[in-house]
Amino acid sequence: MKGFELQGITRDFAHPTPHAVLRGIDLTVTAGELLSLVGPSGSGKTTLLRIIAGLDRVFGGKLIWPDGRRPTTAMVFQEPRLVPWLSILDNLLLVAGEASRDEATVALAEVELAGSEHAFPGQLSGGMQRRASLARALLTRPALLLLDEPFISLDAACAGRMRRLLATYWQKHGVTIVLVTHDLREAVELSTRIVALSPQEGRLMKEVPLPLPRPRADAAIDEALAGLRALTDGWPQPSDSSDSASARCGPTTAQTSHFSRARSRFLALSRSIA
Amino acid sequence: MTRATVTLPAAGLRWSRWPSLLALVALWYLIALLMDDPVLVPSPAATLAAFYHHLVEGDLITSLAATLARVAIAFTLAMALGSILGILLGRSQMMDDMFGGWLVIALNMPALVTIVLCYVWFGLNESAAILAVTINKAPLVAAITREGARAIDRSLLEMTRVFAVPRLRVLRRVILPQIAPSFMASARAGLSLTWKIVLVVELLGRPNGVGFEIRTFFNYFDIASILAYSLAFIAIVMAIEGCILQPLERRVERWRQP
Ligand SMILES: Nc1ncnc2c1ncn2[C@@H]1O[C@H](COP(=O)(O)OP(=O)(O)OP(=O)(O)O)[C@@H](O)[C@H]1O
Ligand SMILES: [Mg+2]
Repeated sequence: MKGFELQGITRDFAHPTPHAVLRGIDLTVTAGELLSLVGPSGSGKTTLLRIIAGLDRVFGGKLIWPDGRRPTTAMVFQEPRLVPWLSILDNLLLVAGEASRDEATVALAEVELAGSEHAFPGQLSGGMQRRASLARALLTRPALLLLDEPFISLDAACAGRMRRLLATYWQKHGVTIVLVTHDLREAVELSTRIVALSPQEGRLMKEVPLPLPRPRADAAIDEALAGLRALTDGWPQPSDSSDSASARCGPTTAQTSHFSRARSRFLALSRSIA
Repeated sequence: MTRATVTLPAAGLRWSRWPSLLALVALWYLIALLMDDPVLVPSPAATLAAFYHHLVEGDLITSLAATLARVAIAFTLAMALGSILGILLGRSQMMDDMFGGWLVIALNMPALVTIVLCYVWFGLNESAAILAVTINKAPLVAAITREGARAIDRSLLEMTRVFAVPRLRVLRRVILPQIAPSFMASARAGLSLTWKIVLVVELLGRPNGVGFEIRTFFNYFDIASILAYSLAFIAIVMAIEGCILQPLERRVERWRQP
């Protein structure tokens, strides 16, 4: 895969009232990079990822693939999207094919789900389902991997292990990754470059390359983070009244909850910098 | 995940129902005793005797076979036709806008009217009889299947699209399991409807079958034979329901169990 290019991507929604979510996104994603896409809740990260995945075709602007077509793609959706009537193992085999039984078992073990192969998704916790959906995406060995907040609803230690798993996978397989996250620290730990979506205008605000050596130590991450405060300019601030914040944050409680989690992260972050 | 489930009372019987069934027979005995008119209200014993007579010396087996054959053919046709129609209506807004109204009319068409029209237009033959039953049943299947098809989870289809899962596998593993419950519901609702209509079709224009026999007994005022035939038929339909449809439905629903 040779990377791909977004040219002037726009996306409007007609419902409930006509509103523009993305207005002119220009971005070149180079082959083999691990690009993080950050931005506050409702800024259009998922919308952009769906356009890249080919799930949304009613956008303006151009999406250019060097070979003329989208490479093999895998995605971790913002919700796990497992098939409820298939066991976890069968969910993986659904996308990878019967022949991948052994690899699927290994992939599940890597996300710490050994022993849950024959459970149904409804019998697993939210975090376990999310890890299963990560295993499903990694198993298919895609050329392009799209991740929509893959580590939320995991405890800090587990999220850390999963991040290291992803970093190892990326280094080993040379896959191109677009990672959507609220968590700037996570972006700094993993990515080769961070792009930030602006809170209101639906444009790309900033682009920050991160040529740090790997594996990245906490101290190095903290240092880099301190220089990135400008990225979150204009994001809803912790001092905002909760009314205005939730009004911006959209209707679903799920969204609100990880929004508030992200908000407390930034609160802690700005304290540590001050 | 939510989806429309259609629950219908089971036509099959559980063992716990047997006492109440025996009570029904006792009540029947009592009424027959009080009326004291063996022609108008034959006792259970007289009905059993009639049953034995028709079984051994009469046409009970061949009549049941003829009727069941019609039920089987019409049932299969109606399920196939109705399911395809229901899926089309449920998946395409345009189709539903165009033909949804037709379905409402078809659902409300009296069975007798379709039967008479089929006989008038296509003659008093086997195909017209089967067609009439199929036309009567297919709209119900289509209506139930449409609800099932409407409830298909789009987010799962999107997932299979990103991962480029082969179409056939998506159909087998993702789409059919979602339609199966409404398919089973329409099979159950359809089976009881089909055999009732088949009897009417036979009564109006076939030279054999349970419906035909019942008309003959009606002419001779042979109530015991009418009851004997009906009970034999009810027993068979309940057996089909209990031994085939219910186990199948349990299999389909298995993944929902915690
Ligand atoms: N199908 C849709 N119809 C109408 N509006 C939509 C639709 N999908 C997204 N939007 C709007 O687009 C905006 C961006 O949504 P999106 O899901 O891309 O945000 P996000 O950046 O992924 O947020 P989060 O971090 O909370 O997941 C929101 O204001 C949302 O209301
Ligand atoms: Mg999102």
